[in-house]
Order: sequence, then C-alpha cells, then structure tokens
Amino acid sequence: MLRSKTQVKSVTDTSSSILGEGVARATPAPIATRIRGISDRAMAWLFIAPTIVLLLAVNIFPLIWAVYLSFTNFRANRPNAPIEGVGLSNYSRVLNDPNIWQAMQTTAHFVFWTILLQTLIGFSLAYLIDRKFRGHALWTTIILVPMMLSPAVVGNFWRFLYQPQIGLFNYIVSFVTGIPPSSFEMLGSVPLSPWAIIIVDTWMWTPYVMLICLAGLRSIPDYIYEAAEVDRASLWRQFWSITLPMALPFIMLAVLFRGIENFKMFDMVTLLTGGGPGSTTEVASITLKREAFESWRTGRASAFAIILFVAVFGLANIYVKALNKVKQR
Amino acid sequence: MSSVNSAHSVVAPGATSKRIAATIVIAYALITMVPLVWIVMTSFKSPPDSISYPPKVVFQPTLEGYCNLFTTRTRQTSDYIASLGAPTSTCDEITRSRNMVIAGPSNYWPRFQNSLVIAFGSTFLAVSLGTFAAYGFSRFKVPLAEDLLFFILSTRMMPPIAVAIPIYLMYRELGLSDTALGMILLYTAVNVSLAVWLLKGFIDEIPREYEEAAMIDGYTRMQAFFKVVLPQATTGIAATAIFCLIFAWNEYAFAVLLTSGAAQTAPPFIPTIIGEGGQDWPAVAAGTTIFVVPILVFTVLLRKQLLRGITFGAVRK
Repeated sequence: MLRSKTQVKSVTDTSSSILGEGVARATPAPIATRIRGISDRAMAWLFIAPTIVLLLAVNIFPLIWAVYLSFTNFRANRPNAPIEGVGLSNYSRVLNDPNIWQAMQTTAHFVFWTILLQTLIGFSLAYLIDRKFRGHALWTTIILVPMMLSPAVVGNFWRFLYQPQIGLFNYIVSFVTGIPPSSFEMLGSVPLSPWAIIIVDTWMWTPYVMLICLAGLRSIPDYIYEAAEVDRASLWRQFWSITLPMALPFIMLAVLFRGIENFKMFDMVTLLTGGGPGSTTEVASITLKREAFESWRTGRASAFAIILFVAVFGLANIYVKALNKVKQR
Repeated sequence: MSSVNSAHSVVAPGATSKRIAATIVIAYALITMVPLVWIVMTSFKSPPDSISYPPKVVFQPTLEGYCNLFTTRTRQTSDYIASLGAPTSTCDEITRSRNMVIAGPSNYWPRFQNSLVIAFGSTFLAVSLGTFAAYGFSRFKVPLAEDLLFFILSTRMMPPIAVAIPIYLMYRELGLSDTALGMILLYTAVNVSLAVWLLKGFIDEIPREYEEAAMIDGYTRMQAFFKVVLPQATTGIAATAIFCLIFAWNEYAFAVLLTSGAAQTAPPFIPTIIGEGGQDWPAVAAGTTIFVVPILVFTVLLRKQLLRGITFGAVRK
C-alpha cells in the first residue's frame, strides 16, 4: 500500500515535469491501446456492462413485462388461467376509478404539506446553523439522526406515541394545550389522521431538506455579503436579495427529491394507519398495493403503476426544466 | 431574523444572533430526539409500566422487553412453575414471575441476521459494480453516456410497489421468492443507480494524469485502476457504501412483499411482534433499539462522509 503510493507520487512527478499537462491530457487513447492489446471501447464496456446487465435483468425486463401485463387481464393468483389481451381497458378503468382519484388527492395533500413544512423548517434551521455558533456541528449531527432510521421501524413506533390516553404525543399535546389526552385520536379520526402522517414525515425528513439548504447557503461566497455591507444593505434586504435567491436552486432541489420520495410513500403510512381510517390516508402506493397484492388484479395494477411512473417522470422533468431556468438566472 | 443591534456583519454573525440561533437549533434538536429517547426508555420498561397513564419517565428498568423479544413463551400454572428447578437465566426468572416459561427462541435473531446478510451483500455488490461503471463513464467515451446515466438514475423514480409486481412474478418463476439472493440482487439493482451517480462525481475529481502517468510507467489500465484510482477514491466509495447500506438496512416495501419467512428481514418482522392481548410494546421497542443502534453509531462515526455524500449528490444533480 505504502509502496504503491510513493510509486504513484514519483510517477506523477515525472509525468508532469517531462510531458507537461497538456500533452498528458492528449495522450490517453493511444497509450491505453498500445499498452494492452484491448481497445478503449472494449475496455469501457468491460467496466460498464455488469451494471447494465444487472439493471436490464432486474429493472428493465420487469418493467417491460409490466407494460405487457397492463394490456392483459392477467391475475397473479391464477397463473394458469389463459391470458387475454384487453387493449386499453385497464388504463381507462384506472383513470375512471373514483377511488384512484381519491388516492391521488390524498397523495397530493400529503406531498404538498410535507414539502411546505419541511422546506420552511429545514431552511430556517439551515439559516440558523449557518450562523456558526459554537457546537453547531454536533447539533447538526443530532438533528440528522431521524432521517437515517428506517421509516417502517420507527413509523411503527409512532403508532405507540399516538395512542390516545397512554401515548406520549397525546400526553404532551394535552400538557401544553389542556385538552384531555383521551379526547382525540391522531390515527383513528378522519380529520386528524392525515396530519399524523404529515407530522412523522416532517419529523423524519426535515433534516434532509436542512442539509441541502445548508449546502446552498455555504455555496454563497462571503464577498457578496461584504459588498452588500459596503453598500449598507440592511440584513433584511441582504436576506431577500442575496441569501434567498442564491440558495433557491438548492431549495428547489430539496423539494424535487422530497416530492418524488413522498409521491412514492408507502412504508411509513402502511405502518402508521394502513391507509385508514376508512381510506382517509390511502396514498397512491397503498391503493396500488391493494390492487396488486390483495385484489390480485395484476393487469390493472400494472396499468396504474405505469400511469404513476409516467406522472412522476413527467412532473419531475417539467420541474427540472424550471430549476435549470432558475439556475441560469 | 436577528436583532438590529447585532447587525454589523452577516459574514461574522454577532454574539446575540449566534446565541438566538443556538437556542432555537438546540431546542429543535432536543425535541427531535424525544421519540428516539422514548423508544430506548420503553425498551427497558415492564409491559404495565409502558402503558401506564400518565406516561412514566421514572421507572424500574427491566430486561423483560429484551427477553420477550428473543423468546417465545407459554403460560403455565404456578404449580408447574414451582415444580421446575432454579431458573437458569435472568430471562428465565423474569418469564416465570409472569407465570410463563420460555418455549424457545423467537424469530427476531434470524430476521436480524437476514438483514445483515442482505444489507452488507447488496452494498458490497452495488459499490463494486458502481465503481467499475462510474470509472467507465468517467474515463471513456461511452456512446449515449448522458442518456445511459439518466436512464440509470430514473429507475429510482419508480414507486417500489410498481417494481414489485413484475419482480414478484419473475422471482416466482425463477425460484428467487423469499431468498436472500433474490433480495440482494434487487437491492443491488436499486442501489447501483445511486452508486454510479455518486461515484462518477468522485472519480471525475481524480486527475486523469495520475493513471496516465502510471500507464506510461508500464501499468496496464486494470493495474492503474486498482493501484491508482481506487486508493484515491476511498472517501467517495465509503460515502457511497454508507448510503447503500442505510437504504438496504431500512428498506420495507420490497421486503414485506417479496419475503415472508426464510429471507424476511427485520423491518417487516418488528411490527408483527405481539404479546398476549395486543402489541408487546417493550419488546417492539427493544427490537427497534437493537435495529436502530448500528445506524446511529454509523451516523455519528461517519458523519463527515455522510454529509459530503448527501450534499454532493444534490449539487451534482
């Protein structure tokens, strides 16, 4: 190890002194070909192929299969029944199913509020941490902890915190507000249960938004603030015309990542409410799971899955275009 | 945000604004820790203590939750228990005090082992494949490289349930359902996209001149890759590995749909831990604590790499 390192160092020295940087940059292809009898193109595929093969086998092939199934009446619990093509009827059924539109609305509500709360809290925290008070690194690490944990395992425990009467959450709320702790059920009541999942998601993922915002704030060079100081711009003015616009691309990125993730949300909601009470918190992924693995309408579920994928993909692309515009400004 | 009299410079925030910032951040950090502290506390409570009202902050700690987590128990008459010899372990003693005897080990430990095997196996594979592919994309002119990279990344936009439907059918055909190998392959495929994306960024930063110089010295491309590029990319590889590991360790949706017994991991198992008359919360808390502690340790020890990885991935995209 040590030997190879010193070797590398000496090698680098000679190269930069003898060849100079420009020459070295211009030479890679011929050298590689000369030294080994294998062409660069073959070499490139040797490096990339295993990954592509794996992705083709475990991602693309199943995806194509799902597209095929979405045009059939296949049911996974009856593998031996004859498969019949049904054209686009799966798609039209999915798009005309009021339950699925209900699930999409539930998902939209969940995505909107989690992103709003996480961005507000996350950015504020990042802004405060960027004041670089003593010990800020330690406290940042502590704040990060929830996002590293399993949403399923920890979400499951929140069910305990949300118990009426004995749950810690209800106890703290009643302690602060004076409402009796057994008078409200976070998971069991129709108006409160969407907020129960929003609270857990915000608790878990605010640190992520905070980190990306922090990276954004730290990317703003000091001299811009110094120039603003010289111009006697107020702090308020500096925040709105320097800090926020320069951090905006990062904030938008955080929103994109959280948006995609929460659009797919499954694990935490499954364990907290299972979509209940009734279907109050039934987000798209839970509906999809019920169609595919409880009703076993595989064809229809595949159609729904593809519609979801196209929706995420399309929205993400539009959003990335907007993001690039903001970046160019 | 900060008070007017401290507003001389944002470049070096004033003492008052620092103090206010520190107070709010520390308050948030403490509040955010409450649920986690409560998990650990509950794991050391006896079942009656765990469901008492008001919630108990001071209590007599016991290992009952951990005993219940690792064992299955059957109820016996007190005469039968009295007829047994002296208890052989602490758990034995606690169980007998509840008029029960230990019937055997629970499924927690096998599930935990599955989690270890699948998480580390898939991380190793994803990072190895990802390093090779990232090097390929970084150093060679790959036709359609941008499209391929985007395609690799876009596979992560699929909702897991959507992926799970065809995977479920495919694994059923191939006999990979409920096997560790099947789960390792699946997690590797999910993780490799992120791994390639992150690692390409890290490898792009290593000057090409290093390998070129080594190859002039007589190294082959492969030797140059292993002896020059890999040592330089260690930080990036470590950061990527942590991400893959955390994903595979925490994953629930695929695990609950594609595994049911032999290869089931801990996340789908922990919520199913029940005692007599409902969920055995101290045992659930104990299972959660044991499951979460490795990640906690990771987070604290490797926070620098983690931070770099998260923000780096964001900046690149």
